Amino acid sequence: METLITLLVGVLVTIAVYLLLSKNMIRVILGTAILSHAIHLLILTMGGLKKGGVPLIEGEAGSYTDALPQALILTAIVISFAVTAFLLVLAYRTYKETGSDNLDALRGVNDE
Amino acid sequence: MEFVLLIFLPIVAALFIPLLFKRMKRIHTGWFVLAVPLVLFLYYATFIPSTMDGGHAISELQWIPSMGISFVSYIDGLSLLFSLLITGIGSLVVLYSIFYLDKNKEKLGNFYVYLLLFMSAMLGVVQSDNVISLYLFWELTSISSFLLIGYWFTRDRSRFGALKSMMITVFGGLMMLGGFVLLGIMGDTYSIRELIASAPDFVGHDYFTLALVLLLLGAFTKSAQFPFYIWLPDAMEAPTPVSAYLHSATMVKAGLYLVARFTPIFAFSEVWVWLVTGIGLLTLFWGSLFAVKQTDLKAILAFSTVSQLGLIMSLLGAGAITFHSNDAIFKFAMFGAIFHLINHATFKGSLFMIAGIVDHETGTRDIRKLGGLMSIMPVSFTIVFIGSMSMAGLPPFNGFLSKEMFLQSMVAIRQFELFQFDTWGILFPVIAWIASVFTFVYSFYFVFRTFAGKRKEGQLPQEPHEAPVGMLISPVILGVLVVGIFFIPNFVAKWLIKPAVAAIQPNLYSQPGDIDIHVAAWHGFKSVELWLTVGVIVVGALLFISLSKWQKVYGLQPAKLSLNALYDGMMSFSEKGMNRISRFYMTGLIRTYMIYIFAFISVAVLVILFTQDAFVVDMDSFAHIGVYSVINAVILLLAVCFVLLSKTRLAAIIALGAVGYSVALFFVIFKAPDLALTQLVIETVSVALFLLAFKHLPALKDHGETVKTKMTNGIVAIGVGITVTLVALSAHSQKLIPSIAQFYKDTVKTEAGGGNIVNVILVDYRGFDTLFEIAVLSIAGIGVLGMIKLRLGRKENSDENK
Repeated sequence: METLITLLVGVLVTIAVYLLLSKNMIRVILGTAILSHAIHLLILTMGGLKKGGVPLIEGEAGSYTDALPQALILTAIVISFAVTAFLLVLAYRTYKETGSDNLDALRGVNDE
Repeated sequence: MEFVLLIFLPIVAALFIPLLFKRMKRIHTGWFVLAVPLVLFLYYATFIPSTMDGGHAISELQWIPSMGISFVSYIDGLSLLFSLLITGIGSLVVLYSIFYLDKNKEKLGNFYVYLLLFMSAMLGVVQSDNVISLYLFWELTSISSFLLIGYWFTRDRSRFGALKSMMITVFGGLMMLGGFVLLGIMGDTYSIRELIASAPDFVGHDYFTLALVLLLLGAFTKSAQFPFYIWLPDAMEAPTPVSAYLHSATMVKAGLYLVARFTPIFAFSEVWVWLVTGIGLLTLFWGSLFAVKQTDLKAILAFSTVSQLGLIMSLLGAGAITFHSNDAIFKFAMFGAIFHLINHATFKGSLFMIAGIVDHETGTRDIRKLGGLMSIMPVSFTIVFIGSMSMAGLPPFNGFLSKEMFLQSMVAIRQFELFQFDTWGILFPVIAWIASVFTFVYSFYFVFRTFAGKRKEGQLPQEPHEAPVGMLISPVILGVLVVGIFFIPNFVAKWLIKPAVAAIQPNLYSQPGDIDIHVAAWHGFKSVELWLTVGVIVVGALLFISLSKWQKVYGLQPAKLSLNALYDGMMSFSEKGMNRISRFYMTGLIRTYMIYIFAFISVAVLVILFTQDAFVVDMDSFAHIGVYSVINAVILLLAVCFVLLSKTRLAAIIALGAVGYSVALFFVIFKAPDLALTQLVIETVSVALFLLAFKHLPALKDHGETVKTKMTNGIVAIGVGITVTLVALSAHSQKLIPSIAQFYKDTVKTEAGGGNIVNVILVDYRGFDTLFEIAVLSIAGIGVLGMIKLRLGRKENSDENK
């Protein structure tokens, strides 16, 4: 199971990196979103995907999945959402101000 | 009395100079300054009796005791000789500068502050017993010399000369620091005396030769040895008192001091003997050869300084032979080195001062415009004649005595049998003799082209006349010394030279009285050096008479094949070439930098993974594959490929939503309800956000990405993907310790009083994460608000009164 998910994560990372390297601003944002999905899955996988109950303790003790990676991912989801929202608005403003979404054209002025 | 504090006296005095300059406009600031070197000179002179008996004085001021760094003033024969030179010539130069620099036109405040700073630094260099504080003072001399050369900072050539000398001497200084650190490691102390004491243990140490070469780099750059002499001629843009003081008598001798001081440590090495003697002799030859080419008075003197420094350096190298051979004849070398060092300081100081006077009184230093000044400036002529004849090595001047010693030592080197000197040794007297001939030629060239011959009417900017008396005092004193030392050399030897030689060669002499060298002007007809001197005079005179016929030969050297051109090339390469290199890889494109980062990470990680045999996959620890997971994985893959391939933004956004929802499904499958919940909500909000911005977002164009860039991107992306996969697989297969999940499971009820482990971790066990995650969310919100609301564009901002 872990092998499968890890391979899946590898594919997601590949596609995300490919998108990050493109010249189009929107594609870069899409790339960051996909990259964070990939990493969340990776954290979960690394925590182990062994069978077990949902980590909710009600009454008697049993076998549960590891809760710590889940807590970490929960934090990461919120942060990546904040960053994605910020990037999106940044892209929007950049496009408004400069009229371009071509990262190659958005090089700023040559210093000197 | 703690006389180490006296090193800092000039610096303390320098603090008051600007005040005196501002408040006491009517009195030339130099008069106040004059007191400092005079007092120091008289004070240091009181040490002479004790050093004559081989004694030494020591005074220490702790600086960083925990690291063994302190200011130590260690006065033995060698450092006393240098201290007397620095303060003595310093007094004369200050006196000369009072008449040379106009108190109304020049910024005297700056000048004397720099000069006093330099004086402190120089005293520190020669008296320091601690190599780290020696380095501190060493760099201070470089800095104050930089300031003094650039004194007339509105002139281009001054700034160029200042920068050049700074670059070269600081380069050497840093190398020297490296040598000091290595010495410190070898000897486990920074004290020079203690290093000398344990010097025999250093031979054969791994660092020994490296420390030696680094130290010599420092000495050679400072003392303008080949090929680092090029800064000295350009430093002649400094005011003449500075040239006389720094660039003939004191600072350029710091390198000689360093070589002399460290001779007891390094002289055991043949590299030392060869390098110091060889480079010294080459510098002597080179400098004398090119001095004849110059047309500027100060440039002639600069090259002659280079050449004379080379002479002293080669004598120091020859003196190091005494550490290998007990042949009495080599003893003359070290003695001659110190003797010539004193002589050179006297005659070169006076020559510089007269060159300054000529410049001051005629308005030019160009030797082609000068001539026939003998009858107009008789006093100056007399002094310059004395100085030049001494430089040429003629009797009855002190240069004659030291030049004879030099020739004697160079002839003697032939008999040295170690280190292949018996094969190459014949070169030494030959080169030395040729260099002496050229020294003779340029000395005559200097004095007679300036003062003899016909006056060239109308070519001089000013009507020439004799200099004021005050300006002549210092050169007259030096001129008297030049003649005086010739007649009483053995007094000078007893007071100054022998104590210094005893300090350099502790292996030979336990105290200065043991040195059985008697300086004599006449060695009899049998001595080789007499006939060599006669040869120098005859050939030199012939060459000088025919000078106008062969001086053109110098024009043959193409300008591009000179050391200056090499330096200029290096400087322009470091400026323009480096700029071009950084422009080549700093493209300003985000994609380029991303490629650097990703490519570096994947290559580095993959290389380490496989070279360290870290790649292991252990299938046993893995869970079984579930059907739902496979289906969901396929959906996820399809969705993500759709994001990649979609041509419109709407399709891409929807596909991205699909990716998010299938990730949420994975969370459901893998028993993470809180994650699934959050992921669903967040994905919905994200998609909503994208759709909100949808209207304002540009169409998905690829901006003309070529197949080639797509290929590169693809390769990099695949590399990163493979790296992540392999690292994840091997990391999962090699877990060292079990998870702490058991702890949370056990205590969540009892300690925290909750049942939802994930939530309890978030708000109780690891509440700080949550706190700052909230902060991140708030900051992002504020940022978004700010970006949308704030519109301080150029247009609105152009008129703030609106």
